[in-house]
Amino acid sequence: MYSRRYKLLVSVPPVLWVALFLLSPYALMFAHSLWSVSDGVIVHKWNLGNYATLFTNPVYLQVLFRTARIAASVTLLSVLLGFPLAYFLSFHTGPRKELLYQLVIVPLWVSYLVRGYAWKTILGSDGVLNAFLQYLHITREPLSALLYSPFAVVLMLTHIYTPFVFLPIYAALEHIPRPLVEASQDLGAPPSATFFRVILPLSLPGLLAGATFAFVLSLGDFLAPLLVGGHSGTMIANIVQSLFGAAYDWPLGAAISTLILVFTLAVLGLTQRVEKRWYFE
Amino acid sequence: MTFAPSTAASPITALLDIRAVSKRFGPREVLTTLSLEIASGEFLTLLGESGSGKTTLLRLVAGFEQPTAGEIWMQGERLDKLPPYKRRVNTVFQHYALFPHLNVSENVAYGLQAAGAAKPEIATRVKDALAMVRMEEYARAKSTKLSGGQQQRVALARALVNRPKLLLLDEPLSALDANLRKEMQSELKSLQREVGITFLFVTHDQEEAMALSDRIALLRNGTLEQVASPREIYARPATAYAAQFIGQTNLLRATVSSGVALCGGFSFPCSSADGPQLFSLRPESIALASGAPQFADGVRFSATIHQQIYSGATELLALQTANGTSLRARIAAGEPLCGPQDFIFSASEVIPVRE
Repeated sequence: MYSRRYKLLVSVPPVLWVALFLLSPYALMFAHSLWSVSDGVIVHKWNLGNYATLFTNPVYLQVLFRTARIAASVTLLSVLLGFPLAYFLSFHTGPRKELLYQLVIVPLWVSYLVRGYAWKTILGSDGVLNAFLQYLHITREPLSALLYSPFAVVLMLTHIYTPFVFLPIYAALEHIPRPLVEASQDLGAPPSATFFRVILPLSLPGLLAGATFAFVLSLGDFLAPLLVGGHSGTMIANIVQSLFGAAYDWPLGAAISTLILVFTLAVLGLTQRVEKRWYFE
Repeated sequence: MTFAPSTAASPITALLDIRAVSKRFGPREVLTTLSLEIASGEFLTLLGESGSGKTTLLRLVAGFEQPTAGEIWMQGERLDKLPPYKRRVNTVFQHYALFPHLNVSENVAYGLQAAGAAKPEIATRVKDALAMVRMEEYARAKSTKLSGGQQQRVALARALVNRPKLLLLDEPLSALDANLRKEMQSELKSLQREVGITFLFVTHDQEEAMALSDRIALLRNGTLEQVASPREIYARPATAYAAQFIGQTNLLRATVSSGVALCGGFSFPCSSADGPQLFSLRPESIALASGAPQFADGVRFSATIHQQIYSGATELLALQTANGTSLRARIAAGEPLCGPQDFIFSASEVIPVRE
């Protein structure tokens, strides 16, 4: 076996890394959230004023709720798109499986920004979609509501996170031993019953993992609302960004960040517990 | 061309009728115009090496594969056009395929629930089925926590609780260790007598096939080599392959002329037509001339003993006759032997076989 010294030696870099780049920033962030700002100077005095502002000022709550709503919509849509795709690929593609799998994964290699700008050119007033709708005489004027709206944010985030949802679901489906599917049919269950009573329950851990990805990643996203969200599509991360930037209110920004962190950890903890209960082998 | 398999007494009521079924996977033909009838209440074993097509035939009956040609009928109903979930056939899978997210009784209840049985009925039947395989106390256990033998029993209960007309068993004992396998063999056999359900059993283990079956269907390269009771297939193998696959044998390449077969150093009377003919002679049919009872049709020969392998009650001798024919003889264990000895076998135990 490895010696104590060796174990200590190999564990130092990761511990150092986590301490330096995760734990201390979090501690710093939490400390900031309890300070305040006065005349552009951070006052190092403990108080809960920032949290009070957060829960009383309707603007922050409104954006928080909108963010949660957008994240939930993205999660739902990515699952609705990702699950059937994963199911089809895993169970009904035969020898083309590998190729199709690669095709689903390829968008992950394309820069997030590029995809954001692509949606801008599609949804914009003189964008591809509006030009097409006018060409077909479905609309007379360009629809300005397409871009710079929560709808556009949900669309773009769904596009980005569907592969993230697809992957764990696909892995879970691939892990279902095929004799189980045959056993279900053998015992008299038609395909629909086999799906709902064997395939779906056995893929739930993957589905939950994918949904958690989509929800948590969308919750903290600030590029999509920046690119295609406009004023009505602002999300909580944009507020944090402006508080740390132009507004120079680091303490309030830190308070919001702490709140998001706690919320995210709660979601992760919850899904992990549920996943454990659903873990079979 | 295929030959008509020599069936033991033609079944009175055929439960399953496999008619000239062929199955192809791409360019590979796995089953070639195979016909087989299974009688109601019978324990029939599909025996063969891996790749002989036995599992494919089972999957055709279960409905997991479609025949390329031919038909499968069950009691006047065309079976091969039905999806698996509409067939009154249940399967015990090789690795049991118990549902990991359901406990033991939920696994057993699965088929009854799919059939829409009433709750109280499901409860009683599940209980009875678990009692039948002596697994009542594990009703609430997770199926993944059970040992191989226990999973095996649950898989049996899960299939039998639906009272199928035909139970398919795909090498169900192959994943168990030797002792447990023997135990499960006798349990399977008594269970089959108890429930009276027809069993179609797949195995590559000839001993298992002999111990369990009413009839054995021996498969080779997708065709039936012989279908007969274990006793008949052992005593009167139809082909050289059957004689070698089931038990050990000596194959004698002889020339027959007017009722006398001539092979190497010895000749014996036979009823085959003139010309070259292959014969099978079981090692235990050869005895030491000194201690053996005198046969009316005894054939004597002398041979040198090359090797003597002791195995408890019997021992196997490797012999070589004066003109170089190698033979194996199994005799009751006795004194160590050496040098040339006289041996004897009965001409009636030399069985003509096809190549």
